Amino acid sequence: MSWQWIVASISFSYLGLLFAVAYYADYRAKQGRSLVNNGTIYTLSIAVYCTSWTYYGSVGRAAVSGVSFLPIFLGPTLMAALWWLLLVKIIAIAKTNRITSIADFIASRYGKSPILGGMVTLFVVIGVMPYIALQLKAVAVSLDVLIYYLDVEVGAQGPPPALGNDTAFYVAMILALFAILFGTRHLDASERHEGMVTAIAFESLVKLGAFLFVGLFVTYGLFDGFGDLFAQAMAKPELRRLMTFDAVPGGYASWFSMTFLAMMAVVFLPRQFQVLVVENVNQSHIRQAAWLFPLYLLAFNLFVLPIALAGRLIFADLGLEPDTFVLTLPIYGKQDWLALFVYLGGLSAATSMVIVEAIAMSIMVSNDLILPLFLRMRIANRTNLSGMILYLRRGIILGLLLLGYLYFRLIGESHTLVSIGLVSFAAVAQFAPPILLGIFWQGASRRGAIGGLLAGFLVWSHTLLLASFAKSGWIAESFLTHGPWGLSWLKPEALFGLTLFDPMTHSVFWSIVANIGVLVIISLFDRQSAVEQIQAMNFVNVFEKGAKGGDEYLWSGYVSMADLKELLSRFIGPAQSNIDINNYICNHGYLIPEDEGQAPAHLVAFAEKRLTGAIGSASARVIISSAVKGEELDLQGVMRILDETSQVIEYSQRLELKSRQLEAATKQLQEANARLQELDRMKDEFISTVSHELRTPLTAIRAFSEILRDNEDMEFLDRQKFTEIIIKEAERLTRLVNQILDLAKIESGKMEWHLSEVDLISIAEEAMDATRQLFDNKSVRLIWSAPEHPMMLLGDRDKIIQVVINLLSNAVKFCTANSGVVEIHARETPEEVGLAVVDNGIGIPPSSLDLVFEKFHQVHTAIDLPLGTGLGLTICRRIVERHHGRIWAESELGKGATFIFILPRNHGPENQNHDEQ
Amino acid sequence: MPVEILIVDDAPNIVLSLEFLMKKEGFSVRSVVDGDAALEAIKIKRPDLVLLDVMLPKRNGYEVCEAVRANPDWKEVRIIMLTAKGREVEQEKGLALGADDYVTKPFSTKDLVVKVRGLLGLQGD
Repeated sequence: MSWQWIVASISFSYLGLLFAVAYYADYRAKQGRSLVNNGTIYTLSIAVYCTSWTYYGSVGRAAVSGVSFLPIFLGPTLMAALWWLLLVKIIAIAKTNRITSIADFIASRYGKSPILGGMVTLFVVIGVMPYIALQLKAVAVSLDVLIYYLDVEVGAQGPPPALGNDTAFYVAMILALFAILFGTRHLDASERHEGMVTAIAFESLVKLGAFLFVGLFVTYGLFDGFGDLFAQAMAKPELRRLMTFDAVPGGYASWFSMTFLAMMAVVFLPRQFQVLVVENVNQSHIRQAAWLFPLYLLAFNLFVLPIALAGRLIFADLGLEPDTFVLTLPIYGKQDWLALFVYLGGLSAATSMVIVEAIAMSIMVSNDLILPLFLRMRIANRTNLSGMILYLRRGIILGLLLLGYLYFRLIGESHTLVSIGLVSFAAVAQFAPPILLGIFWQGASRRGAIGGLLAGFLVWSHTLLLASFAKSGWIAESFLTHGPWGLSWLKPEALFGLTLFDPMTHSVFWSIVANIGVLVIISLFDRQSAVEQIQAMNFVNVFEKGAKGGDEYLWSGYVSMADLKELLSRFIGPAQSNIDINNYICNHGYLIPEDEGQAPAHLVAFAEKRLTGAIGSASARVIISSAVKGEELDLQGVMRILDETSQVIEYSQRLELKSRQLEAATKQLQEANARLQELDRMKDEFISTVSHELRTPLTAIRAFSEILRDNEDMEFLDRQKFTEIIIKEAERLTRLVNQILDLAKIESGKMEWHLSEVDLISIAEEAMDATRQLFDNKSVRLIWSAPEHPMMLLGDRDKIIQVVINLLSNAVKFCTANSGVVEIHARETPEEVGLAVVDNGIGIPPSSLDLVFEKFHQVHTAIDLPLGTGLGLTICRRIVERHHGRIWAESELGKGATFIFILPRNHGPENQNHDEQ
Repeated sequence: MPVEILIVDDAPNIVLSLEFLMKKEGFSVRSVVDGDAALEAIKIKRPDLVLLDVMLPKRNGYEVCEAVRANPDWKEVRIIMLTAKGREVEQEKGLALGADDYVTKPFSTKDLVVKVRGLLGLQGD
């Protein structure tokens, strides 16, 4: 049997095995015993990153330029360290918004923009096509090399023939078939493919295993271990320099730019986004992947340099393609079955990449490129679209692989594997700015993203794609050497005269600078639409509770429940749509609306989300807006709704304020009421007190009058004494009544004040004249130290005289007869004048010093005190206060008392009519 | 043994008139001007009847009345409250605290004497 048939049958058996693995995984998933729900499978599926390019190409690259193969591994390792920050957020956003592709992610972030989704998809197709071509080339070359060299001795007859047959075409078709079988068996809203993921993980094991076997064989089979191999290599100068940076084209700059590209590629390549984000079952798997994936890459790297060096040593002069060393070395070592295993490893690397990439891209192309066009052209108004979408995707996969084949035929032969792959990496790196800025900066706008992407891709296609076309001879070489139209500053590998970097670094530098620059500048000056603002907020704040939602405001038009259900069922089938809607309604505790009734806005938003899962955010938006009658709200509309909401909030805040004011008013009323009650109580008490005070002299008068009447035989002296008492009590009664009236007048503000310039000295002397009799009666001495000048003030003369008389009569009242002394002193300052009345009577206890000015407060100290009314000092205080002065008492018990009042010179009392209390 | 009367009032002229009236009836009369002095006087010698003003310094008439009634030894002491506050509440309060009668100021001297004699069980004139 010829090797051809063996290889063919083994290839098909292997692919069959893969399919069995996938089928088993799907079967387990259906049983609810999912295989993919663990971090190891997740990590192995991420290893789809290692394609045939890695498998064959990194050895080729190491053989030519030494350690320059390392960035392809270093980048992802660095990125894995950042996953906890980036990937976790991206996955959370994708899950929340049911995002199923990188194009959808960007479109959704920037206001569910169909243009952006289409653009990204287009760029992905253009950018990643070379990559698919690369895989086809790798598989085809490996097949040809394997079959050729298995039949002839390696190195015996020179290099293998150029690829003349259509191996690559058959490979493309077989891979397309596989991708279709794996990825488009049914339309799943989450776009998760457990079978595919399991098969990919399995393939990752196979390719790693095969590579390690080759490495071990080469190192220990063909050489005596690492030491021997490296010693032999070091002996040759051209190999020794491979182990230093000298061999790296572009030096450190290139090394770093490639590390950067690999960092971006491991997340933003369509297939990486598919396995990392879309196929992610549980976010906790990231934790394991973050260390296990770098470990996998390390294992893969272990033998890259040894194999490359071995190839260079063994095939020194044969002119063999270094990319084939992995395959040719075992054949050289007469290990045909090992070579076959190696071939299977390469096949694994290629098929896994192509399958995942094709599926991811078919989702994108159908959801973000073709469906929106169909919808716009109203082609899609058929009843069952889910079937149509599946066929569409199958067609797309086939088309993509055909395109890849075409690219391979036209371009691929002129390039090494690695350089083709890097062109793709540079294309994919353009998605990094809109995504990374988009998830951390709310201000990034749709127009900014479009502008940035356009700028980035323009630079990319100019500096890499067109340049590679020129290198392939597609376009005139002068494009490279003299720039387009002879404009030297547009030379694709020295833009604006920048010649510092190698072509790749140069391209990465300018495209990323242009991309970020345009994105940031446009965003800064742009106004975001309502959808954009809401999406930006939902993306950036995905971890904040309550950040989700808000976009239901955007659906203000009318759509009936029946229409909405029908719409949904067209894309996901009637049964599924009923289940989904009922689940949603039940989970949220809403009432189920009538079929004829209007679908509530949140349900429309739910339907949109559900459709987003099936056909992407941009298409879902187009579909829903075509169904919802009435204009989609513009920013003003949304703002109006938000305004209404805020008005309601404001209204309730006003209500709250009102109720607080009411509370305050109520409190004030209560206080006022309490004050009134207090006043009422005081008034009652006053009346009661007054009545008591009036009744007391009346009692004496009545009693003695009756005694006099009933005792005609009374002695004359007694009669005279009693009559005297009656007269005194009557006088007191009169005084009391007068003072009560005075007080009432002062307190109610009805007292009339007669203002004039008066002299306090003459006032004091007049008061002394009026009370002279009292002093004489009791033989109390009055000492008056009169100043020689008048002490003028503005006041009511009669009222002030009343005060002084009152103080003098009080003083004499509390003095002991015969030994009593009352002194009166005048005092003055430029602003004030005052009098002090000092007696040497019984004094006032300290606790009563203030109380003596209270109404009806009489200091009860002795029984033989002259009769007072208890109102005199109260009236004095009122009069002094009316003059804006002050009056107080000082005393030591038993040593007499001093009463002092001070009046301002220029501040007489005002007549007032309002009630003071 | 003459009837003992204690007069408690802080208005000297009223005390004077009451003393005159009681002495004229042939009673033995003592008088004090505040509540504390009243209780002191009662302690020293138990009177048959107390003419007790309500508005007193230190300890008011109600308190004195209450203190007297709290002591079983003084159960026989008759108390007539004299009040210048004529409101019914005050009269009722006095009676509730154990006073035997009340007289509103200004009072009729005849009525007062009748009440005193009545409480002492001395009928007629």
